[in-house]
Amino acid sequence: MVDKPSGRETWGTRIGVILAVTGSAVGLGNFLRFPGLAAKYDGGAFMVPYFLAFLLLGLPIAWVEWSMGRYGGSRGFNSSPGIYRVIWPSKPAPYFGVLSMIVPVMIYMYYVYVEAWCLAYATRYLFGLWENNATSEAYERFFSAFVGKNAHGAAFAQAAENLLTSSVFFLVVCFVVNFTLIYRGLTRGIEWFCKWAMPALLICALLVLLRVLTLGTPDPAKPDQNVLNGLGYMWNPSTEHASFWQSLANPEMWLEAAGQIFFSLSVGFGIIVTYASYLRKNDDIALSSVTAAAGNEFCEVALGGMITVPAAYVFLGKPFLQSLRDNPVSTFGLGFVTLPNVFNQMIFGQIVGFLFFFLLFLAALTSSLSMLQPAIALLEEGLGLARKASVALLGFITAVGASFVVYFSEGLTALETLDFWVGTLALYLLAAFEVVLFGWVLGVERGFEELSRGAEITIPKIFKFVIKYISPVYLLLVFAAWCYKEFYANPTQLQMLRTKPVALACVVFIVIVGVFFALLIAQSVRRWRKLEEQQLKRLQAG
Amino acid sequence: MTLGGWIVMCLSVGGVTLFLGWCIYRVVATPGAVEHLHSQADIETPDVEEQ
Repeated sequence: MVDKPSGRETWGTRIGVILAVTGSAVGLGNFLRFPGLAAKYDGGAFMVPYFLAFLLLGLPIAWVEWSMGRYGGSRGFNSSPGIYRVIWPSKPAPYFGVLSMIVPVMIYMYYVYVEAWCLAYATRYLFGLWENNATSEAYERFFSAFVGKNAHGAAFAQAAENLLTSSVFFLVVCFVVNFTLIYRGLTRGIEWFCKWAMPALLICALLVLLRVLTLGTPDPAKPDQNVLNGLGYMWNPSTEHASFWQSLANPEMWLEAAGQIFFSLSVGFGIIVTYASYLRKNDDIALSSVTAAAGNEFCEVALGGMITVPAAYVFLGKPFLQSLRDNPVSTFGLGFVTLPNVFNQMIFGQIVGFLFFFLLFLAALTSSLSMLQPAIALLEEGLGLARKASVALLGFITAVGASFVVYFSEGLTALETLDFWVGTLALYLLAAFEVVLFGWVLGVERGFEELSRGAEITIPKIFKFVIKYISPVYLLLVFAAWCYKEFYANPTQLQMLRTKPVALACVVFIVIVGVFFALLIAQSVRRWRKLEEQQLKRLQAG
Repeated sequence: MTLGGWIVMCLSVGGVTLFLGWCIYRVVATPGAVEHLHSQADIETPDVEEQ
């Protein structure tokens, strides 16, 4: 826990705690994934399902996860399968933990790759490797070549040509940094990063925002590509492509908006459940989770939403943004082809570019370090493995997965497919299971009793109703509408599985990893039963 | 940028800014809040201590 001077709270410690709490929630989802999705789904209209998902799903389910985690932790379990089994003592309960294992582990496989892009871009700024006054097309070409977007295996081929400037090299560096910190148990240093890197990232983002808002019309030959039209593309509720109501009728937008809320708040990952299990009985979880969510939303909407899409409109034009609907450059990739244009137009752009991407790398690092803890907890608790053995096993699994993502790079198919099926759909399903478990099995009264213990704010009672009825119905309706669209009306994701063998291979890979974790959970359940029987015998003998 | 766009932008950006401001106020104004507030970053896992 944080070493705080008890009984002697200064402004410094308070601000430090606020920065640590809000900073821990900031990651790639805020500055890269959110703008990519907002651009894909017509900005203004996207904000309706986005904010509804925040209020009716994200925030309530964050409370659900913190409460269930601490509840399970006080009963001796830290892994989510164990915690689900404590709350719902039944045969199927721990197997829902398969989702809480594959979600963080498989998101890690591509998240660490995007983290590597941030580090690579920061390095390029540090050593001044960008061409002077490069065009937006040049930045786009660089990104495509860097990630190997033009052909499968291109990223590895690039590494064979020039290892030090390849994405594979930076991925290896990120992997080594991540696993060294996790293996040696040095993750405590993350708190220090959050306290210092967070305000620095905020200042950088504010400087970039200021520059974007004052871009005007950089190319007089293209008067339409100005910042006001860019803001309009991001925030206008209706577009020439679709009216406000037509946009809202797209169930995939509702699903992805909810998925984005879960992704950026780390809800539905199984991470919060595991970390909350280590808390003390009377620690606050209500105000902590609300403050983290508020910091996250500010960075995402007020900074991420105001920077990337308007800048992409100004430098890359409307046709480029519109093409994201059919042929995404990757929801994560938009920032990498857009932001270098902004830094190119800034005074001290090289320094700001370096700081922005480096601090984003640190923010991503803080997130990726926590992603493996749920699986580590299961391997330790269920199989009795030591931490280092658990980390080594996960290192092998995630290295295989990350290599898969890097190799199948044409159109970033593997990354995009995993991001949809795991980073959106599986998150969604896990969140649905958890909210039902809390509302209907643990019971909202008991759950709120856990949430309220030690709470520094009072959660409005209306949220009992929201968690029990509104959130499950909301999740069910959006999922049903998405299934209808995919199976009958206008299949897009399923169509991809039929037409792209790599997309199908990704789903098969997800199933294989899922089966692996199901077997681990089965073994863990057997071990828990044996331990419980031994404990019972000891009690009877005593 | 249409009037609707301005409204959506002001409500979205203003809303999240006010929300963050309220949270900061609650943390600063509540005595003892600092003692009990936690994030994933400051939670230590016991297996790390055992190493």
